[in-house]
Amino acid sequence: MRIVFKTNYMQDIRPWKDRYQLSLYLILLAVVAAAPWWLDAFYLGELTNVLIWAIAGLGLMILTGHTGQVSLGHAAFLAFGCYANIALIEAGVPFLIAFPLAGILTGIAGVTVAIPALWLHGIYLAIFTMALSILMDDIIVLSEPITGGVAGKYVGGVEIFGHLVDRWGTPDQFFWLVLIVTVLVTLGYINLLRAPLGRSFIAVRDSEVSAQAMGIDIARTKMISFALSCAVTGWAGALMGLFAGAFNNETFSVLISIQLLMMIVIGGLGSIHGAFLGAIVIGFLPQFLSISKEYAGALFGGNTVAIPGLEFGIFGMILIAFILFEPMGLYGRWLKIRTWFELFPFYRKDMFKRQKSYLRTERLR
Amino acid sequence: MDNAQLLISGLANGCVYGLIALGFVLIYKATEAVNFAQGDFMMLGAFVTIGLTNTQYMGLPFWLALPISLGIMGALGYLLDRLIIRRLFGESQTAVVILTIALGFVIRFVAGLIWGHEPQTLQNPLAGKEARFGGLVLGMEDVAVIVVTILLTGALYVFFSRTKLGLAMQGASQNQLAAYYMGIPVKRVQGFIWALAGVVAGIAGILFAAKGAVDPTTGLLGIKAFAAAVIGGFGSLPGALAGGLIVGVIEPFSSRYIAAGYSQVAPYALLLAVLIFRPNGLFSQVRVKKV
Repeated sequence: MRIVFKTNYMQDIRPWKDRYQLSLYLILLAVVAAAPWWLDAFYLGELTNVLIWAIAGLGLMILTGHTGQVSLGHAAFLAFGCYANIALIEAGVPFLIAFPLAGILTGIAGVTVAIPALWLHGIYLAIFTMALSILMDDIIVLSEPITGGVAGKYVGGVEIFGHLVDRWGTPDQFFWLVLIVTVLVTLGYINLLRAPLGRSFIAVRDSEVSAQAMGIDIARTKMISFALSCAVTGWAGALMGLFAGAFNNETFSVLISIQLLMMIVIGGLGSIHGAFLGAIVIGFLPQFLSISKEYAGALFGGNTVAIPGLEFGIFGMILIAFILFEPMGLYGRWLKIRTWFELFPFYRKDMFKRQKSYLRTERLR
Repeated sequence: MDNAQLLISGLANGCVYGLIALGFVLIYKATEAVNFAQGDFMMLGAFVTIGLTNTQYMGLPFWLALPISLGIMGALGYLLDRLIIRRLFGESQTAVVILTIALGFVIRFVAGLIWGHEPQTLQNPLAGKEARFGGLVLGMEDVAVIVVTILLTGALYVFFSRTKLGLAMQGASQNQLAAYYMGIPVKRVQGFIWALAGVVAGIAGILFAAKGAVDPTTGLLGIKAFAAAVIGGFGSLPGALAGGLIVGVIEPFSSRYIAAGYSQVAPYALLLAVLIFRPNGLFSQVRVKKV
């Protein structure tokens, strides 16, 4: 059991609790940054994919996990970021300017969407964003001169200071590029949560009425949350486009939106760790399934036919299990286990009990 | 005459959307949750009936299979509430939304495992028959869809506004705590409403399978039914039907009169417009409480 003595008020708002925790995360970062030396090319690609999904998860986490606005349409912003990035690069803008700009443009698009969405609550907002995600497919087809329509777009590598970074040609450099973006976004997120803005996000999530009473401008807070969330998602989309190499209107379907939301629920809503843990589940589930199918095939006599929809079916079952038994997601489970060890033998079963509330209609106000 | 034909086929399609939307509204009215798996429920209802009726499966007579499959769907709805949804009692509505989305994936997967991914139609006594009104030629299935939908909506409307159980359901959703005080068995009422939603989904599925082919992805039709429910204003049964009809009628007309590529956008564009300008639907249920 480790006890942190607090001798300074700054210790409460510092991004890390103590040096021990900080050094743990630095070691983790060093190990991940050295991945090209201890992973083969295939798994390095998978790790890159996981990191990109984690960035997208962080984007959605700002909106859904910390501001409490459920979005079923973030694939639309993934697509927007992806196409904005490519369009800018094709217009001759260097990648190092095009990439941040793509995120900012996506953020602006997010605000445009957020303005009508501001007075929509819960389920209505979810349906609104879902319709948006479905429409995005048609919008991409219709704006063919920029997006390439159904035929889609192909990207090679991108040039950074005259050096070509490519998913296939130089997977190591591409991995580091993604890692740098991930670290920057994560640091930004941690600092956001320390700042008044991040605190006001959480206040809006927990109770709009109380937040208003504390002097928080709810509409403004939600709008900024939308903007930040969409900007981060846009960056993830841009990286996803570079990673995939080819994409068209169907790449960012509404299923991706749903998958993204499910990912952060499995990881744990309202925690930065949750986005990463969820991304690991999403990234490695297909591999895990195909490997276990091979094993099962070897055991029960060579039946390795592909079962369509298996991935989503298993995914749905995992999600149902999580919502029923561990609503705080993987990170919540980890917290419980850690607390059990830290407090041994004083852990009580009800320590993480959630508040239940009686339902009242939203229709009669 | 062409337009009239388009209108009728649109109405028949719209009725199916309306029926799925009815399922949304039923559950929303009684539990404030939205069942995102309602479309997949419909698909399951269709496949259960196909499994009972079609000759390559069990080959039961149609009129015998009908009550059996509706019973199965009702039982499934009840079990779903009993085993899964009821555990979320008192949690946020978002949890139920995400749960039902996941459930949709599982249902689609299971249906694909059992009945395969080929589109199938229901062998029914109405197939191929026609009804003529003046110069209009209508498939008997379309007529059946329209008639059944209107009857069902009317019956449910009366049920909710006139019977004791229906009022208890509305009370349970408007204020759970007060409903408990009034002696309404809130949990049992919820179980009943899920069973009812299962039966309605079963009816929608049977009508849909009689009209055209179903495959496991048919449930995604539920998204259009969302548009219907939102346009009608969640929480209003006639509104759901009207919304379904609007979406159903808009589709054939827009694909005929608007350039290709823009036409399939129409229902969703309407959905967004309604959400922006009349967030509570055309048949709004939100009333400002006067103090």
